[in-house]
Amino acid sequence: MSLEPRAGQTPSLLKKSTWIDFGIRLSAVILALVFTSLILVIAKAQPLEAYKSILQGAFGTTIKFTSVIASWVPLVIATSGLLFTFTAGLWNIGMEGQIVMGAVFTVGAFRIFDETGLDPSLVIFLAFLAGAAGGIFWALLPGLMKIYGGVNEIFGGLGLNFVAKTAAIWLIFGPWKRPGVASGSGTEWIDIPFRLPYIPGTNLSLTILIIAIIVVVFTAIMLKGTHFGLRLKAIGKNDKAAYILGIPTTRYFLLAFGLCGLFAGIAGAILVTSKQYSLIPDAGFGYGFLGLLVAMLVNYHPIWSAVIAFFFAALSIGNTELQYMGLNSYFAGVLQGFLVLFVVLVDGVRKRLVTKL
Amino acid sequence: MKISFQHINKWFGKVHANNDINFTIPSGTIQGILGENGAGKSTLMKVLTGFYQADSGEIFLDDKAVTISSPEDAVMMGIGMLHQDPLDFPPMKVIDNFLLGTRGGLFPNRKQVEKDITRLSQEFDFQINPDSFVETLTVGERQQLEILRLLWLGVKVLILDEPTTGISANQKEKLFATLLKLASQGLTVIFVSHKLEEVEQLCSRVAVFRQGQLVGEVMPPYDTDQFVYMMFGKSVEVADKSTFRSEVPYIKLENISLEDYRLRLRDINLEINCGEVIGLAGMEGSGQRLFLRMLTGLIRPVGGSILYGGHNFTGRTYPAFQKAGVAYLPAARLEEGLIPGMTLTEHFILSEEHHELFVNQKSAIDLTEDRIREFYIKGTPASQIEQLSGGNQQRALLALLRNKLRLILMEHPTRGLDIESAIWIWSKMKERCKECTSIVFTSSDLDEIIQYSDRILVFFGGLVSKPIDANTTSVDELGQLIGGKGW
Repeated sequence: MSLEPRAGQTPSLLKKSTWIDFGIRLSAVILALVFTSLILVIAKAQPLEAYKSILQGAFGTTIKFTSVIASWVPLVIATSGLLFTFTAGLWNIGMEGQIVMGAVFTVGAFRIFDETGLDPSLVIFLAFLAGAAGGIFWALLPGLMKIYGGVNEIFGGLGLNFVAKTAAIWLIFGPWKRPGVASGSGTEWIDIPFRLPYIPGTNLSLTILIIAIIVVVFTAIMLKGTHFGLRLKAIGKNDKAAYILGIPTTRYFLLAFGLCGLFAGIAGAILVTSKQYSLIPDAGFGYGFLGLLVAMLVNYHPIWSAVIAFFFAALSIGNTELQYMGLNSYFAGVLQGFLVLFVVLVDGVRKRLVTKL
Repeated sequence: MKISFQHINKWFGKVHANNDINFTIPSGTIQGILGENGAGKSTLMKVLTGFYQADSGEIFLDDKAVTISSPEDAVMMGIGMLHQDPLDFPPMKVIDNFLLGTRGGLFPNRKQVEKDITRLSQEFDFQINPDSFVETLTVGERQQLEILRLLWLGVKVLILDEPTTGISANQKEKLFATLLKLASQGLTVIFVSHKLEEVEQLCSRVAVFRQGQLVGEVMPPYDTDQFVYMMFGKSVEVADKSTFRSEVPYIKLENISLEDYRLRLRDINLEINCGEVIGLAGMEGSGQRLFLRMLTGLIRPVGGSILYGGHNFTGRTYPAFQKAGVAYLPAARLEEGLIPGMTLTEHFILSEEHHELFVNQKSAIDLTEDRIREFYIKGTPASQIEQLSGGNQQRALLALLRNKLRLILMEHPTRGLDIESAIWIWSKMKERCKECTSIVFTSSDLDEIIQYSDRILVFFGGLVSKPIDANTTSVDELGQLIGGKGW
């Protein structure tokens, strides 16, 4: 019993490291802004002007502002789903495909119930259920492949993304093609009663906003307050020890994939019912990939993911304004990409420094 | 090549792994290096082959002081080592394994190398085809491959670390013949082993290590008792021991057979009674871990049956064993037992069965504080597990054991603990035995095994001894068995 209580110092150490952590992340943001500005200068644009017009594009009018929220909704739902798989130590790269499958199943449900004369809100509800089922189905596949086939979920997910997209294209040009000539612009639009109405004067449906808030709160509670969340975390940090402690790791892997798929499916259904009203080849709008970036940035924290997702959504909407400056509207992607790269890079450098000390 | 060690010291943290080692190996001899796990023999060999740098001291090759800074360096100077686990590249061909270790140009001369392999393997009567894939070879053949490769690279000193583990009797004979032939050609062979018989049969001189020190050099004729005495030291007086072994058998093993890629254990029959403590002795890697993990359901036996309290558990998985009251404490604490990045409190929440949805933080912290006090863990409920010292991690692991258990399986339960803590931990465990919990544990400390076990099983190269009564055995007798004598 001669050993010094090293652990006694823990609380103060932890506090200190939280501040250092914050500082490190902040430096990553600053680096990303500097590099993006450099690129703007190379493109012969005024960086400050560009950032200003992004802000205007995102918050200049009610329509713009509500568009940001409408874009935040699927993004934050996708990110929430990914937090479950990330916590369990899984890289669910297949998220985009899972959203596409959610959209496919949603549109499929509308096609089935279109002519039945059921109450439209019941049909919408059923379509959401179908979308959720599609997402879960597509998410369980990489999970099962990982557990029973030894296929890394990154490769499984990557492959399934292509399959989902191809399936959507096949439906658009084949069985679900518009009357007359098939078109890459998508399937026939769903009937007006099935479209979620916008709050007057805005671009936002109240229903999807409520769904998003429920999802964020649910995720925060599940991950931070329950035995389920704690066990997922244990598996993510050391699945061997978790198994020996008595956690059925296989079941929790599948549950994490399933929950992630559920949210992917809901995101897909939201995109169909409040944005596109049809199935298009790019039915996921890249929200799955963007969600991965957000989830990586927030380091497993559900509430922060809501904030960062809002920032990303604002960038995406705001940058449409850049077209008027002669810049490509994909420009927000440059900043988003730099952000993730620098956060990951700076974090790696920090870990190296910590182990050296 | 003549090798001379002078005042070699090597520390790992507080452990003095090599304590002022001085000795000389003349060229053309087969030098035996004998000692228990952790005696310092592998460390010294790793210093010689450049894996480690000595903290002080010098190595002389043919009376010239040298600095060996990497394994590649060692090979350049003519020192090659055959590791216990072959360091080859299984999915590649034999010839590619040869080519990988060379510095040859961009386009290696495959024809010439192929010819060399065939010539060398004929010389030593090995049957190795340069075009076969390494993964199709047996452990013995992979060893032959590695010897050929080192000879081909021109080594003058060949070090073999426990080379007879996992190879057949036939291959062993061939290996010994090869080594004798190499020695007669002037090569220096260093044979690291814990197997007394092999060392006696093969080596022309033996150095014995214990606890980091060179205890002595021995020339033939050899006396086995002297080796055992030198390896294990004087046995400590066995203090009072309490036993809670009942006459009620709880676990029954019938004709259990176990296998991994290099070990085969056959037809183990054993009854473990309620409250009994069984110690597993033997060099690490002799099958104790397989046996222990079989009892937890983590490994399935390839034959035979396991009965727990009269129920057949053969082929069931770890969760079923756990439900039946089996707990497992692995030796690799931070890899298999604990979860780095999580706090003590989180560990205690995870270790208990919970059926409610929400975590009750308050009761979890209360429980953690209780256990911290009860197990003298130096830490707070919010301490991350990896920030605790090794001894405190071990205490935490023990504190995580659930209350009602029928069988506890432990690997090296007191490794890294001071004697006081070890005695305290065992008093805790014996309390459980009173309540009819049985314990099976491994340890490399024979005194600990004799002190706390009711019966002892000795493992040696795939053999398992009949249960030995701990009251009538001695360090001497166990030492002989561990070294492969008296089977």
